[in-house]
Amino acid sequence: MSIARDPGSAPAEPEATYRTPSGIEIPVVATAAYHRGGGDENPGEFPFTRGIFPDGYRGRLWTMRQYAGFSTAEESNARYRFLLEQGQTGLSIALDLPTQCGYDPTDPIARPEIGKVGVSLSNLAEMEALFDGIDLARISTSFTINGTAAIIYAMYVACADKRGIPRAKLTGTIQNDILKEYVARGTWIFPVRPSMRLIADSILYANDATPRFNPISIAGAHVRDAGSTAVEEMAYTLANGLAYVDELIARGGDITKFARRLSFFFYVHMDFFEEVAKFRAGRRLWAKLLNERYGVTDEKALMFRFGVVCGGSSLTAAQPYNNVMRVAIETMAAVMGGAQSIFTAAFDEATQIPTEFSAELALRTQQIVGYESGIAASVDPLGGSHLVEFLTDRMEQEMRGVMAEIDAYGGVVRAIEDGWLQARLADRALERKKDIDSGKTVVVGVNAFRRDDDATGAGEQFRIDPATASQVIDKFESVKQRRDTAVVSSSLHRLSIAAADDRENLLPYLVDCCHAYATVGEMVACLKQQWGEFMEPIRL
Amino acid sequence: MTETPKPQALLKGKRILIAKPGLDGHDIGAKIIALALRDAGAEVIYTGLRKSPDFIARIAVDEDVDAVGLSILSGSHQELVEQTLLSLAELDGADIPVFVGGTIPPGDHAALLGLGIKRIFTSEMLLDDVLVSLAEALS
Repeated sequence: MSIARDPGSAPAEPEATYRTPSGIEIPVVATAAYHRGGGDENPGEFPFTRGIFPDGYRGRLWTMRQYAGFSTAEESNARYRFLLEQGQTGLSIALDLPTQCGYDPTDPIARPEIGKVGVSLSNLAEMEALFDGIDLARISTSFTINGTAAIIYAMYVACADKRGIPRAKLTGTIQNDILKEYVARGTWIFPVRPSMRLIADSILYANDATPRFNPISIAGAHVRDAGSTAVEEMAYTLANGLAYVDELIARGGDITKFARRLSFFFYVHMDFFEEVAKFRAGRRLWAKLLNERYGVTDEKALMFRFGVVCGGSSLTAAQPYNNVMRVAIETMAAVMGGAQSIFTAAFDEATQIPTEFSAELALRTQQIVGYESGIAASVDPLGGSHLVEFLTDRMEQEMRGVMAEIDAYGGVVRAIEDGWLQARLADRALERKKDIDSGKTVVVGVNAFRRDDDATGAGEQFRIDPATASQVIDKFESVKQRRDTAVVSSSLHRLSIAAADDRENLLPYLVDCCHAYATVGEMVACLKQQWGEFMEPIRL
Repeated sequence: MTETPKPQALLKGKRILIAKPGLDGHDIGAKIIALALRDAGAEVIYTGLRKSPDFIARIAVDEDVDAVGLSILSGSHQELVEQTLLSLAELDGADIPVFVGGTIPPGDHAALLGLGIKRIFTSEMLLDDVLVSLAEALS
């Protein structure tokens, strides 16, 4: 499709061919001749094209989990309690950049960023305040944290210990996927190889200490939002997943055990059938890869469990209320694709942290899909559709192609260390931008049907309390005065020694540091001293 | 409509620093602009992630650039812009024009322009329009 350059106009008539955003040409009418008949499989059985559970959502709906967090632990706690009162079924914690990058709030580079894109969480006292009045034995909690994931997970374990909650009762997820941080999200700290060790340590530790907790969520979402296609999103993510599997095996992990706790995370963008097929193809391909490459046959270990976010760069700043419709369509695609948890972005989230009003509307959107639409009543309702089965087969094949290119380059770790994957993504992002600018990709309200007199705005503007930074710093200083410095120093010292020895698992040491109220910045400084920092390859 | 100026011609040979101040890790917008400027014939220096305002100002002055583009999506634009302009002034680089791109709520534009930022670019602008606007401001 292409449209005239006047963005106020309607798109031109569709051209004879239609390609999905991944470039797959769609037949005008699909028939049985176009696919291999995946719709005849049973859900809950290998290769899981139709889902990992035989009864789909009949047993239980997906977890409704809105990403939230800003300012101080106390302010975020109030937002979490509000969302739980509105029927949300899990928490998803957004952390500020100093916490994500391993700086204490008193660090000069941290100050402008305190509490801006998430909540500041520099030590255990802050986490205790964050979960005040929330039962960690009942509510599952997801943390979008990567560079400092092992530390935040250790803090969560310490927090449960302090409350007297058995560790085995903890449920939730830490993102803990460093590879995609180097490619697209940017909150790396250490070089790739020690980072891989830290991830393996946390997964192996969590398998025993908190067996119901997902110690990693291998994420394609950020690569997708940055510019990759749906095919690449899945292929890069599965390639990263295999890199973690190799690392875990090298450290003596039992794949049948740890593979049961690997989970995944993706974006849902606007091409409805391609998104549904992406999840069906990815689920099938992951099961096959574990079986082909490692001989895994245990069905639980082959199950591809994933969460999604609906929104992101598919949302527009122009005519923001249109985003409500986009997110509703994306939610339907996520459900038909069989997602285990869904975060629906708020209509104003293209430009700011959602207000209470927009956050509630986003949650209502998935509640309407879940409880009113009937979409969740039958497993894989699009299974057997000629078009969806065709797309599922084709996408699986193309995902394998992208993974083969990465293998040919020398694997993901090398592709990242060289900056090859990053440069490839930037080129793709430029292409996507040019397609929108030219009108080849239609974005309603932006390059078609735009109103220059648009006055809808995003409604209320969300503002972080300007006193946040000083409040956070005051609390930080007060914790540092109250804690036993001898215990802090000795726990940090033991961490340093353990970090120098590759055979040690660092998690018990990090849990001890957290119990002593050592800060995120202090723990990261210890590890940096042993491992150094990642040097970003600049390749345009 | 009158003749559209060709950004390629106006930006050819200009030295432009594209910088990521603070801790924000979203670099795709910065890279898209860097690639587009390069395609338009400009000489682009890209800092990479997580640079302090002082570091950025120093590079801008040492490299004698014609413009600095700051990419900020973390909501910290007010503080980071203030600090970068201050550092530039301290290094006798106050005359280097500074532009901002990223996620900047409309309500915050006036304050940034008031500090001395030349233009603010957001993701829904056409790339060509960004280049033309930048070229105009530099000519």
